[in-house]
Amino acid sequence: MASMLEGSGLGLLKGMAMTFRHLFRRRITTQYPEQKLTLSKRFRGYTLVWDKERCTGCATCAKSCPQGNIEIVTSKGTENDYVVEKFQLDSGRCIFCGLCVESCPYDALFLGMEYERSSYRRGDLVLSRDKLLFTPDKQRSAYARPKLEPGLPRQTLLIEGDTGSKKR
Amino acid sequence: MESMSSLSTDMELKTEPFVLNMGPQHPSTHGVFRMRVLLDGEVVVDLEPIFGYLHRGIEKLAETRTYTQVIPLTDRLLYLSSMACNHAYVRSVEKLAGIHVPERGEYIRVIMDELMRISSHLMAVGFFLNDLGCSVYTPLLYMYREREKILDMFEMVCGQRLTYNYMRVGGVSGDVPEEFMPVLKRFVAEMPHFIAEYEQLLAENEILLARTKGVGVLPRELAINASASGPVLRASGVKWDIRKADPYSVYDRFDFEVPIGQVGDNYDRYRVRIMEMHQSLRILEQAMRQFPAGEACAKLPQLLRPAVGEAYGRVETPQGEMGFYVVSDNSIAPYRMHIRPPALLNLTALKDMVVGWKVADVIATFGSIDIAMGEVDR
Repeated sequence: MASMLEGSGLGLLKGMAMTFRHLFRRRITTQYPEQKLTLSKRFRGYTLVWDKERCTGCATCAKSCPQGNIEIVTSKGTENDYVVEKFQLDSGRCIFCGLCVESCPYDALFLGMEYERSSYRRGDLVLSRDKLLFTPDKQRSAYARPKLEPGLPRQTLLIEGDTGSKKR
Repeated sequence: MESMSSLSTDMELKTEPFVLNMGPQHPSTHGVFRMRVLLDGEVVVDLEPIFGYLHRGIEKLAETRTYTQVIPLTDRLLYLSSMACNHAYVRSVEKLAGIHVPERGEYIRVIMDELMRISSHLMAVGFFLNDLGCSVYTPLLYMYREREKILDMFEMVCGQRLTYNYMRVGGVSGDVPEEFMPVLKRFVAEMPHFIAEYEQLLAENEILLARTKGVGVLPRELAINASASGPVLRASGVKWDIRKADPYSVYDRFDFEVPIGQVGDNYDRYRVRIMEMHQSLRILEQAMRQFPAGEACAKLPQLLRPAVGEAYGRVETPQGEMGFYVVSDNSIAPYRMHIRPPALLNLTALKDMVVGWKVADVIATFGSIDIAMGEVDR
């Protein structure tokens, strides 16, 4: 061991020259709460977005969920259809695999783009019908919905030297 | 010496082996791994690994899920190389059900596998250096930077950065977007420069050489007998890579080499990983050139019902051979699924590698195996 370290320092100095050069490189970090990255168009975010108009209550999403997490209660409607009375999921148990969105035959379910998911109570993580309901201000992810892809902003990529913009 | 022996007889100073419990909650055990180490002074006499702190029963859970629903579970095995785990599972189901994957799907899989290999090896090497402890934290952060670029690409294709759930039986969940290929091209062009940077930082670092050369040797015969695979086996001088030995997907169309080490010490395991990154870049380059048009996924019914039978599909993950043995009873869920874990089997040779070395070398050798507890305990 001693012989290996003899006359040493050269390899270490070479490495240090490397780290020294890094001082003059472009910054790659993002000051998170102030600056934010634009997410991928297919981002599988925290919440689901549910389109009431398109949903027929077939419960394919509930069957495809690996966690058995989606709860749907329907009743017979007036015009040979079903009324969705309850559409609920516990996002604390959800693994955001996106299989429900992929399996939906009517394009009624979307993944959302949110990702700041902390809350003070576990009960707040349960997303009921009203919280899931699609409104124009909710951004929907293009995951398994390629039609939405052109309308979404381009993802920030570190390889292009992009470290996020000042939003908020 | 004389004075020492007289001292011990005079004062009856006795020494005895000391049992040291390492883990399960210890930052350098990469999860919740526990070792009971028998020490003589600072030298390891015996080591007993204790598994099971992260056991989630994934094999049993798979029996209650449909074939597609198992894929998110496989993400949670080797969590630093989930794409490869996905691939191993879907490959065995495709074998079971006799499904043909479109060519474009196979190429996308190979691209994802190789990106995953680079990313996983970056983390393996980075954390190994971190485990060595001696002022080599910097490379880990540099490697995070390159890994970030790969994760950006994964996020682009499947929307997640860790649990991808990207591969499907019959292909992949979605074709790559238009902007993916230019980014990949840029990454493949830039990456050799960054690997050269790590080389400059580390190749001649005297501390690194002193800490790794000749430490934790896994002899060739023992590596084979312990069914080690992946970089751990190749570092011991065995040229064995599933991509070459039993070509799957479209790996037989690419020209690449299998780097091997000479002695099987920590340094060789680190070198093999660095060299494999170069080979992965070569494969990526060729895959980009040959990238075909067409469908990314075969048209299949939503619920698979494979005929009664069994299949074993294996792929070369960054850690080694990962295989899934799936038995079907013609229902929508696997009757039985068994996982051949690469990291667990590599880990069984740990005792033979560290006996006679000091405690600090146990941590370093352990880091050089590159495990993920999610897969060891399953």
